[in-house]
Amino acid sequence: MRRRDLLARGALYTVLGLGLLVVVGPFLWAVLSSMKPEAEIRRIPATWWPEVFTLGNYRELLSRLDFPQAFANSAIVAVLTTLGNLAFCSLLGYALAKLRFPGKRALFLVVLGTLMVPSMVTFVPQFVMVSNLGLVNSYGGLILPFLATPFGVFLMRQYLLSIPDELIEAARVDGAGELRIFARVVMPLCGPALATLTILTFLASWNNFLWPLVVATTEDRYTLPVALALYSVGQNRIDYGLVLAGAVAVLLPVVIVFVLLQRHFLRGIATTGLK
Amino acid sequence: MATATATAPAEATAPAGASRPYRIRQGLAGWAFATPFTVLFLLFMAVPVVASLVMSVTDLRSTDLRTPFAVEFVGVDNYARLLDDAQFRRAALNTAVFVVVGVPLTMAVGLAAASALNSGLVRFRAAFRVGFYLPVVTSIVALAVVWRFLLDPEAGLVNNALRVVGVEGPNWLGDSDLALPSIIAMAVWRNFGFLMVIFLAGLQAIPTELYESSRLDGAGRWAQFRHITVPLLRPTLLFGGVVTSIGYLQLFEEPLVMTRGGPLDSTLSVSYHIYNQFGFGNYGYAAAVSYVLFAVIVGLSVLQFRLLGSRD
Repeated sequence: MRRRDLLARGALYTVLGLGLLVVVGPFLWAVLSSMKPEAEIRRIPATWWPEVFTLGNYRELLSRLDFPQAFANSAIVAVLTTLGNLAFCSLLGYALAKLRFPGKRALFLVVLGTLMVPSMVTFVPQFVMVSNLGLVNSYGGLILPFLATPFGVFLMRQYLLSIPDELIEAARVDGAGELRIFARVVMPLCGPALATLTILTFLASWNNFLWPLVVATTEDRYTLPVALALYSVGQNRIDYGLVLAGAVAVLLPVVIVFVLLQRHFLRGIATTGLK
Repeated sequence: MATATATAPAEATAPAGASRPYRIRQGLAGWAFATPFTVLFLLFMAVPVVASLVMSVTDLRSTDLRTPFAVEFVGVDNYARLLDDAQFRRAALNTAVFVVVGVPLTMAVGLAAASALNSGLVRFRAAFRVGFYLPVVTSIVALAVVWRFLLDPEAGLVNNALRVVGVEGPNWLGDSDLALPSIIAMAVWRNFGFLMVIFLAGLQAIPTELYESSRLDGAGRWAQFRHITVPLLRPTLLFGGVVTSIGYLQLFEEPLVMTRGGPLDSTLSVSYHIYNQFGFGNYGYAAAVSYVLFAVIVGLSVLQFRLLGSRD
């Protein structure tokens, strides 16, 4: 019996270990390959560890004007989108959870109803709207459609429901105004929800592809995924060193943040069931 | 019981008994809090969702944007055109194959990983979970670039590994029979971690006494899995299936970056077709295709809930 248990345990760890290798291996190989010269990347048989260690691919990435610009664009868009969502989603989430106003139920249902509408359905008319507002190829066009997301409202509302009403009533009795109650009493208690919203919104914006692909029409407005995709699509014989360095530049910040803050990611899924 | 009846009316009357100005003030505050979001939401979400339905029955093209009232109403022409569009039919077939093969595979791998991690004797569970979840949070474009390199016929890791055992691997993404299966493999690799986390939460909610008592009755591991785990996990499996199907129906980035829809349209997806039609300036037609996709997404979700949800 003991022996069988030991055997089962060994088999389990072997399978899990192999699985981990298959999942994490491509990341490691991309990072290692991005530090090889192009000739070594294409050599057969391939080398695992770089024989000639070089940062040339990253230097080239930085010296090409569009990549640093794309990096900055991605950061600008992600930061502003996140700040907007923190403000607008917590305001509406608070109103939906704690205030009584006419039309509240209808508003909640409409917002909830669009939670699952895929971006593939909305991007064409969204583009027409943005183009009528004269915002094509601008930061406004990149950011505005993502400032108010149903997901964020849902997340904040669910969390705010757990905050006791008595706390808010007590502040009202003390004569505090509604905005003051929101900013000074309620928001300080929302740390975990705000952290989850920050991480998920920033990440969604950083990884977002379809919308910036459609709205950014010149290189100076490309975000990192757009620059990377269009650069690698545009070539028949691809310069692997350069695109792998670009891919690592997109992946690495996210991987680091994820490993450090994983419990916030996993809480986001637990609360809403959505990525 | 007595205290409950005593306090309930007091609680119920407190808000109702509040003064009229107080209620008006709260109503105003409510809308003041709701307005910034609502304006943006109407402008960039609610109006576009309705507008795309309207657009789908017009001949709107990119050149009409400055004069939107010159657009003609064409009824269901755009939808009728779908049926004659051989490229759309190919895209619909590819997307269907991707969903029908990809979703069960992803769920099976996700469930296997969750069961393995839930088996009670796993150390480093957190490390495995983080590792398996890693592809889910990272940019799909960047991963598609990495996978294009991975599957390169000469320099790729896959064919290099095959060469070690003496097999010359095929040109995965350049062969019209292998390109879509390759993209399915990548999708399973990328998405099973998400299902693993969902399923793991479901598995941990199953009481361990059930397994203990069934073991006393002589049930083996496989019997336990079939007769306890799967039935009790049904709602979670259903949820995972629906969410994954919705995601897979929108396949787009992988073929764009890895194959450009080729070779010979073998990896063209419905979403990619929408994007292409948008690129050609056929906005009305693109909106019609996207509404068909939307209808399929809603229909499939309803169907899955019907099929899996009501059996108990």
